[in-house]
Amino acid sequence: MVHIPDGFIDLPTSAAFAAASTVAVVGAVKGARKQLSEQSAPLAGLTAVFIFAVQMLNFPVAAGTSGHLIGAALAMVLVGPYAATLALVVVLIIQAFLFADGGLTALGLSVFNMAVISVWVSFAVFVVLKKILPKSKTWVVVATFIAALVSVPAAAIGFVIQYAIGANATFSVTTVLNAMVGTHILIGIGEAIITALTVSAVLASRSDLVFGWDKKNSTLEIRT
Amino acid sequence: MKISNRKFFASAILVSALLAGGVSFYASSSPDGLEKVAEDVGFIETAKDHTLSDFTLADYGVSGLENARLSVGLAGLIGVVATAVIAVGFFTLIRKKATSKNQ
Repeated sequence: MVHIPDGFIDLPTSAAFAAASTVAVVGAVKGARKQLSEQSAPLAGLTAVFIFAVQMLNFPVAAGTSGHLIGAALAMVLVGPYAATLALVVVLIIQAFLFADGGLTALGLSVFNMAVISVWVSFAVFVVLKKILPKSKTWVVVATFIAALVSVPAAAIGFVIQYAIGANATFSVTTVLNAMVGTHILIGIGEAIITALTVSAVLASRSDLVFGWDKKNSTLEIRT
Repeated sequence: MKISNRKFFASAILVSALLAGGVSFYASSSPDGLEKVAEDVGFIETAKDHTLSDFTLADYGVSGLENARLSVGLAGLIGVVATAVIAVGFFTLIRKKATSKNQ
């Protein structure tokens, strides 16, 4: 995915999604204020740095196609969904304004797909899985893997919705939907692997910093 | 195995710098998911050039630097530093505001 160039989606639709994204960002600032601690604030910044770096690493997925990490699920598990939304927004703004990656009028569309839809869909999946699965680090990584896998086609569907509302082209929405979802499930596998590996590394070295890992469990684990 | 804050943050920055500054040269240059779909379906024609496409760092390269490895690597490092300054500053700022409000 995911950095939408200018021109794919018409200006009124882009403006509407920019407005929706702004509302979401204001909400995320309020939420993040409550959740961030002295330690998790720098971690949120660091997560944005890591996501910027890994987003540069396009990996091949199928003949002539590449994908790269979005990082929504990664940030959500590490620093919580509010700060994750904000970390993604920072990365997307830097990419659009410093590296000409992602159109400026399309920024609201991209933010909505990756910083809002991807983050919050993966959060919903993660919360449900954590309730069902046993409470151990291994299972938190499994939940992370699945949340990350789902987050990518979710962002792709976000684009298809925007295409359906305001595309400047006239190709059928169903064709775009099928192509987008198919490709992005493949990219989602890459996303899931990178996210699970990164979360495992942080869980092994500093599990106390991981938002998606309840500290109560770690005392239990030491005893067993 | 619990490592110190300083070690943890330093290694995360180091890994990010290595990935953006070094590994990025080996990234796939095939079109990404959306671009490929746009080409296959046909709506790639509606894409416009980026407003800032002539900017020094456009498309993750430093304009004027002939060496591709150096160009993408330097652009990556600049991105890492810019993201670190803006993101860490931003999150520290909203957290500080929260603390001062609670007092």
